[in-house]
Amino acid sequence: MAYLDLTALQKSFGANQVVKSFDLGVAKGEFVSLLGPSGCGKTTVLRMVAGFETPTVGAIKIDGQDVTHLRPNQRNIGMVFQAYALFPNLTVAQNVGFGLKIAGVSAAETAARVADMLALIGLPDMGARYPFQLSGGQQQRVALARALAPRPRVLLLDEPLSALDAKIRVSLRAEIRDIQRKLGITTIFVTHDQEEALSMSDRVVVMNGGRAEQVGAPFEIYNHPKTRFVAQFVGTLNTLDAIVIDPAGGEVTVQGQPLRLPQPIAALRGATVGLALRPEVVHLEADTAQISRGDFALPARIAAVQFLGAVIRVKAETAAGEISLDLFNRPDAPPPPLGAEVALRFRGQDVIVLA
Amino acid sequence: MKRILSWAAIAVGVVYFFLPLVGMLEFSLKMRRGEYSLDAYRSVMGDPQFQATFGYSVLMACLTIVFGVLVVVPTVFWVRLKLPRLRPFMEFITLLPLVIPPIVIVFGYIRLFNTSSWLPLTGSALGTDFLLMCGYAVLALPYMYRAVDTGLAAIDLRTLTEAAQSLGAGWITVLARVILPNVLVAVLSGAFLTFAIVIGEYVFAALLDRPAFGPYLVWAGGNKAYEPAALAVMTFALTWACMMLIQLATKFSKHTRMPH
Repeated sequence: MAYLDLTALQKSFGANQVVKSFDLGVAKGEFVSLLGPSGCGKTTVLRMVAGFETPTVGAIKIDGQDVTHLRPNQRNIGMVFQAYALFPNLTVAQNVGFGLKIAGVSAAETAARVADMLALIGLPDMGARYPFQLSGGQQQRVALARALAPRPRVLLLDEPLSALDAKIRVSLRAEIRDIQRKLGITTIFVTHDQEEALSMSDRVVVMNGGRAEQVGAPFEIYNHPKTRFVAQFVGTLNTLDAIVIDPAGGEVTVQGQPLRLPQPIAALRGATVGLALRPEVVHLEADTAQISRGDFALPARIAAVQFLGAVIRVKAETAAGEISLDLFNRPDAPPPPLGAEVALRFRGQDVIVLA
Repeated sequence: MKRILSWAAIAVGVVYFFLPLVGMLEFSLKMRRGEYSLDAYRSVMGDPQFQATFGYSVLMACLTIVFGVLVVVPTVFWVRLKLPRLRPFMEFITLLPLVIPPIVIVFGYIRLFNTSSWLPLTGSALGTDFLLMCGYAVLALPYMYRAVDTGLAAIDLRTLTEAAQSLGAGWITVLARVILPNVLVAVLSGAFLTFAIVIGEYVFAALLDRPAFGPYLVWAGGNKAYEPAALAVMTFALTWACMMLIQLATKFSKHTRMPH
């Protein structure tokens, strides 16, 4: 049995059903992200776990204990909010010690635990400061320490990095993951940022319209999306129409060129199916003569080049539509010029067939 | 030209406002013939009736503030957090004391709580004091409600409440340790306004026959010459002191100071 067990959760606000039968089991010490667009119900699920919303239907169990109808202050769950939510009238040390004071922990033990927590988040000398004297990143680290100080059973992170600038966000997400691993605390992280979800999580739950579309490890979610929504929401995706020639043999044609897919296709002969390609699996051949027989290659014209530093994102126009591809930057290989005639090559095993 | 006109308008305003005050201050100092003295103030301070009524009103003001804070802060907190749709209704209710004359309210109280009613509060001095305090709280409600409402609007009420709850705090702890300290400046400004209202209030105290400072001011005005002016100056000074205290409270609330 999972440590945190969400069974058939549903939540309606009036006639609007925000969460529709949501099931999830989280193992002890696991880091699970709820990823999805605005309004997909991810925050509502988190708030039901925290106790701020009561499920219309369903049950929430932590370590076998049914907490569905317990008040938030009775659940022993730590939560970090997007807006930091530090108490402005208390110092950093008082903020971190707030939960311990409420729990009736002795002053000496509170002081020791606060010092440990401040050391854990790398702010050992900031205890006497007030929240307004800290940067956004520091405030969020203090909020994390405050949530962790009472040793909660589960840690909930509600888009904790959204209010921070890009550089801090990247460093803080690594820091949060390190701390989570060190303490082995079961964590649910809500985000709409796929990069955050993929880089931090043991498993990702992709949500859409109040349901979990797919639950899996980041590698699986990215490379083997089960639904069209997951494929399109996670990462950048090129879509192509293909005509099925041999469903059992996985044979299709794209723009008249045959392409063999590694798996059978669940469609009738002659039907049109959607194929999807990640930008990184498409290769650009400037010299079309280089393409060997048997390779699949689409003639294309360079329409746009975006230099992003380590990666160059190229957009090329083909008869099948616009295709994006990523090239690694190399100082000896400048990006292709706009309007250049090229070929785009990819392999059948890199293609995702959209359901 | 425009600049001169602006200064002239300010000068007229200042003269209009301060000249009567200066006149009153000067008159209060003229009790001794031919020279300025503090005799009127000495006379007022030495009057046992002044001490008794002023002490009574200060006590009632303090009790009203405590009562008002205990009623208004949790109410505004709850309405903002759980019943935001009731806010226009609350606005309307809290404005009523400004529209309904105090004499109507106090006659209503006397009818409702007289000795032959189901709750005979006017039957005892303590009961009448409680009724008076409730009346004062109603009079101060428009100011206290707005002060607290503005204070709560300035903080992220929902998130702070949820953060405290997730750390194990119940409703009373949330209110006492998180919400109240963060709206203390607003509550203090409401409290000082309440104090100023209660100290000078006449109608409630006179009709409920309580020994408050307001009726004493009126009695002194009708029976003495220089002392009423001294009392008016003292009342003004007290009100201004309250306003300065609001400013000081705002200035010294260190956690609300913004970084430069």
